[in-house]
Amino acid sequence: MYEFSYYKSGSVEDAVEAMNKAEDGKFVAGGQTMLPTMKHRLASPSDVIDLGGIAELSGISVDGDSVTIGAMTTHAEVAASGDVQAMIPALAQLASGIGDPAVRNQGTLGGSIANNDPAADYPAAVIALGATVKTNKREIAADDFFTGMFETALEDDELITAVSFPKADSAAYMKFENPASRYAIVGVFLAKTGSAVRVGVTGATPCAHRGMRLEEALNSNFSADACDGVEIPVEKMNTDIHASAEYRAHLVKVMTKRAVAACS
Amino acid sequence: MPIVNMNVNGNPVTGEVEGRTLLVQFLRENLGLTGTHIGCDTSQCGSCVVHVDGKSVKSCTLLAVMADGSEVTTIEGLANGAELHPMQQAFMDNHGLQCGFCTPGMVMSALDIVNRNGNELDENTVRKELAGNICRCTGYHNIVKSVTAGAKAMGD
Ligand SMILES: Cc1cc2nc3c(=O)[nH]c(=O)nc-3n(C[C@H](O)[C@H](O)[C@H](O)COP(=O)(O)OP(=O)(O)OC[C@H]3O[C@@H](n4cnc5c(N)ncnc54)[C@H](O)[C@@H]3O)c2cc1C
Ligand code: FES
Ligand code: FES
Repeated sequence: MYEFSYYKSGSVEDAVEAMNKAEDGKFVAGGQTMLPTMKHRLASPSDVIDLGGIAELSGISVDGDSVTIGAMTTHAEVAASGDVQAMIPALAQLASGIGDPAVRNQGTLGGSIANNDPAADYPAAVIALGATVKTNKREIAADDFFTGMFETALEDDELITAVSFPKADSAAYMKFENPASRYAIVGVFLAKTGSAVRVGVTGATPCAHRGMRLEEALNSNFSADACDGVEIPVEKMNTDIHASAEYRAHLVKVMTKRAVAACS
Repeated sequence: MPIVNMNVNGNPVTGEVEGRTLLVQFLRENLGLTGTHIGCDTSQCGSCVVHVDGKSVKSCTLLAVMADGSEVTTIEGLANGAELHPMQQAFMDNHGLQCGFCTPGMVMSALDIVNRNGNELDENTVRKELAGNICRCTGYHNIVKSVTAGAKAMGD
């Protein structure tokens, strides 16, 4: 790891000020992606600004029909939260399946979506539930947040403070995981509210996205069979040592069908 | 250079580190607590697991400065003098190790499993919960037996 100067910030304003002063600064949350990346010298920030001391960024609250989760809330906290389990059980279950217990004790919601790894779990839920990403500057709708591989709508000095997830009538997350890392080879989050269905797909393509064709089919006929006729564009799928594009396209349908079955 | 203060295995410690010093380096190199191992550089093997404020973390994936002010427990903090902790004893009794490289991390993860799931553990729970700890020798079977037996012994 290259040298850097470290700063522990005490508040959101303080962190943003430190970022603006830094030559090439990076926020660190749980460090579960940042530190491995820095160890491999794939990132070499001049300044590392720790968000770990900012109490206001952690915690879970329920407000009417939505759950708001602070950016620094760990995966383990989301998984164990009675509020999340009661409002959106599929979200608690998603969090409980990220990595392993030690990763879940450190890794955070904000870090996961800011990083936007093509195989990360949370982006599928943010998209399918139509969540709102709250930052120090504005609120960003899920559909506008994830812009490309490891790319988001966030500006350099913009910090996620919380994510607000509206409750769905029913929801399920189905992941075909890489058995070594537990990252999603393909993950599908399905949320149904009234008769409207939203499908968030991760792992399949360079950036998590809405499965519009699947949504269309499921909106007119909410059944696993309805997915059969949907064409998944193979040319858009990722291909790597873990799975070919054809296999991923197949998995998108299978995971969606399992999610439909779980919501029926 | 930053100064860190922690309580490690019940002892207050202080030390000068670089920003980039990992917690595992601080434990091993500054404090000489070499029971915590480094088995990979991808945050996947779990041989470096310690408890920070009561929770299991990979000490290779945490900066020492991030753990400033916390309570840290390492494998060296478990035994009571010559008397092994029940979980350590269970690994010994059940042949839960061969080369022993993964063992400190396995034991620290095992204690975290007991903290969250109680003393009566079934095999599936243990296998699932040990997902972040890799062993190149044993084939896991006796590790699972050790964790289950150790959990039980801790409740007796
Ligand atoms: C062994 C292992 C297995 C894993 N398995 C999975 C898995 O199965 N599924 C999965 O989804 N993930 C997995 N992960 C990744 C894990 O979930 C990370 O915790 C997560 O991706 C990043 O969160 P973090 O809090 O550690 O962020 P960090 O690593 O601290 O930061 C990541 C990035 O986000 C930025 N950032 C952090 N917080 C904010 C904020 N509030 N505002 C703006 N920018 C911010 C940082 O600057 C950095 O660029 C795994 C990681 C490891 C090491
Ligand atoms: S050394 Fe920490 S996970 Fe391998
Ligand atoms: S006993 Fe050798 S790595 Fe586990």
